[in-house]
Amino acid sequence: MDIIPQIIVSGIAAGGVYGLIALGFVLIYKATSILNLATGEFMTLGAFVCFTVMTAAGAPFPVSLLATIGFAALLGVVLERVILRPLIGEPIISVIMVTIGLASILRGLTYMIWSPEYRAFPPIFPPEPLDLGFAIVPSGLLWGFAFAAVCTAIFTCIFRYTRTGLAMRATASNQQAALSMGISVKSVFALSWSFAAITAAMGGIIIGNISGISIHLGTIGLKVLSVIILGGLDSIIGAIVGGFIIGILENLAGVFLDPYLGGGTKEVVPFIVLVVIIMIRPYGIFGKPIIERV
Amino acid sequence: MRCGDFKEAYLDDEKIFQTLFVKFWLAVLLLFLICLPLVANEYVLYIANLIGFAVIGAVGLNLLTGCTGQISLGHAAFMGIGGYATAILTTRVGIPFWFALPIAALVAALVGILVGIPSLRVKGLYLCIATLAAQFILNWVFVHWESMTHGIRGINVPPPTLGGFAFDTEKSYYYVTLVLAVIAVGFARNVLRTKWGRAFVAIRDRDLAAEMMGINLFRYKLVAFALSSFYAGIAGGLWVGFMKVVTPEHFPFLLSIEYLAMVIVGGLGSILGSIFGAIFMILVPETLNVLSSASKSLFPGLEQLFMPMKEVIFGALIVLFLIFEPHGLAELWQRTKNFFSLWPFSY
Repeated sequence: MDIIPQIIVSGIAAGGVYGLIALGFVLIYKATSILNLATGEFMTLGAFVCFTVMTAAGAPFPVSLLATIGFAALLGVVLERVILRPLIGEPIISVIMVTIGLASILRGLTYMIWSPEYRAFPPIFPPEPLDLGFAIVPSGLLWGFAFAAVCTAIFTCIFRYTRTGLAMRATASNQQAALSMGISVKSVFALSWSFAAITAAMGGIIIGNISGISIHLGTIGLKVLSVIILGGLDSIIGAIVGGFIIGILENLAGVFLDPYLGGGTKEVVPFIVLVVIIMIRPYGIFGKPIIERV
Repeated sequence: MRCGDFKEAYLDDEKIFQTLFVKFWLAVLLLFLICLPLVANEYVLYIANLIGFAVIGAVGLNLLTGCTGQISLGHAAFMGIGGYATAILTTRVGIPFWFALPIAALVAALVGILVGIPSLRVKGLYLCIATLAAQFILNWVFVHWESMTHGIRGINVPPPTLGGFAFDTEKSYYYVTLVLAVIAVGFARNVLRTKWGRAFVAIRDRDLAAEMMGINLFRYKLVAFALSSFYAGIAGGLWVGFMKVVTPEHFPFLLSIEYLAMVIVGGLGSILGSIFGAIFMILVPETLNVLSSASKSLFPGLEQLFMPMKEVIFGALIVLFLIFEPHGLAELWQRTKNFFSLWPFSY
C-alpha cells in the first residue's frame, strides 16, 4: 500500500477538526475583532464536561453532547459579559492579554476540578476503521472528521441563512451601521462567544476521543492559529481550507522530515507555515487585505 | 509634583534624579539592597536573585511592548537563547562567564532582530501571533538540536568565577545580579530620554504619524526588538549561571506570558512599573507556596492544589488589572504618593 494517499487521508481527517476549531476563532474575530487565545482551554473544558456527564452520570453520548453544548454556550455568554465587554475599545494588547489571563484561569480550574492525569474517553464511535481501498482511516479520525464536518456545516448554515447569522455578518462588516439598523451588537457579541465556545468544545470532544483527554489537550488550540492565519483571520472558507492544508502538511512533515530532524516536526511545522504566511501574505489565502487609512 | 519644585528648563524636566529627596531615598534603597545579604537568609536571597532576573527581563520587555507597542509573546525564547548561548560558550568554547554573558545577549539580540522582521509588515494581532510562533519554533530547536543543546537533558554550567572566587552561593550571586540589574534599569531609564526612546514612544502612539515625522520605522522597530532581546539574553544567561543547568523546560510559553503579565501588572511603558511588576509576580506565587506548605498540616492534600491555584490567581491578576487598573502598579504608586504629598489638602 502506498504511503502518500494514507498520509493525505489522515491529514484531511485531522484537518477537519482543525477547521472546526478554527471556525471558533474566526466567528469571534469577525464579530468582535478579538483573537481568543483561550480557545484551547475551552476545548479542554468542553471535553471534560462531556466526559464527566458520560462517565459519572452514565448518560448516553447524545445527552452529554447536548449538556456540553448548553454548558459551552453559557460559558461563552458569561465570559463575554464579565470579562470581555469592559475591554471593548481598549488597545489590542489588553484584549489579547485578557484572553491569555482567561486561559490561565480556566486551565487552573480544570486542573483543580479534574486533576491532571490522563484519561481515555469512553468509546462513542464504532471502532471499525474505514478501508478506502488506497488508504485506511482509523475510526477515531473518520468519525471525528464526520462530526467536525457536520458541525462546520451547521455553523456555516446558521451564519449564512438565518436572521441571527445575518445580524452577525452585519456586525462584522460594520458595527455602527448594524447598530443603527436595530441590531443588538451586544447580543451578537455574546452569541459569537457562545458559538465559539461550542465549536471549541466539539473540537475538544473529538480530539479527546481520538487521543484521550488530559489538561494538556488544549495545546492544539495554539496550533490552530496557523490554520486561521493561513486561511485568513476573517474567512470561514479560509478556516476550513486552511485546516485541511495544515492537517496534510503536518502529516507529511511527520513522515518525511522526522527522520532527519529527530522527531516532533509535526508540532513545529504549523508554526513555520504561520511565520512564512505572515511574512508573504499576512491576510491569508481568503482574508481581506488590511488597508490602513490615515 | 512636589511643592516648590519649579522646573526652569527642559533639561530639568528630563532629569532622572529630580530632587534631593529622590536622591536620598534612592541612596537609602541602594544601601539597603547592598546590606540585605548580611541579614537575610538563603531563601530570601534566592528570591531576591529571581526578582533580579525578572527585573532585567521585564524592563527589556517593557521597552518593546510598553514603550514601542510591539507585543511579544516570545520573550522566554529570547531568554532561552541567552541561556543556551551562555551555557554553550562557557562549557564548549571555554570563554569565561563574564564575556560569555554579553556575547550570548548579543546572539539573543540578533535572533530578536530576525523575529522582529515581521513587525515591519504586520502589527497588532498578527505580530503577536508571529512572536508566539517564534516561541514555539525556538523551543522546538532547544529540544531537538541535540548536538548543540543536549536536548531535554540540558547542559550543566559551572558557576561564574572571578580571580579564583566562585560565585556559587545565593549570597555571592546576589551581588552579580544586583549590579547587573542596576545597570540594566539605569540604561533603560536613560534610553527613554534619548532620541531612541522618543522614537519608540512615537511608534507606539501612531506608527504612520511617526513615519511622517521622519522616524525610520524599519530601524527603530528592529532596535527595539534587539534591545529587548538583549535584556532577555542577559536575564536568561544570569538565570542559567545561577541554576547551574539549562534545559528547554526553563523557557516555556508560560514564562513569556508571565513576563507580559509583569509588564501589564506593573504598568505598560514605565520602567518603575516593570520593577514593581517583576517583584509582584515573583512574590505572589512564592507567598502562595509558603502559605500552602504552612497549611499542609491543617489541610492535607491542599498542596496538590497549589499548582492550579497559582495559575488561577495568575490569570485572575492579569484580568483584574486589565479591567480595573490598566496602568498597573506604577499608577497606584503614583496615586499613593500624590495622596501623601498633598495630604490633607487633596484637590
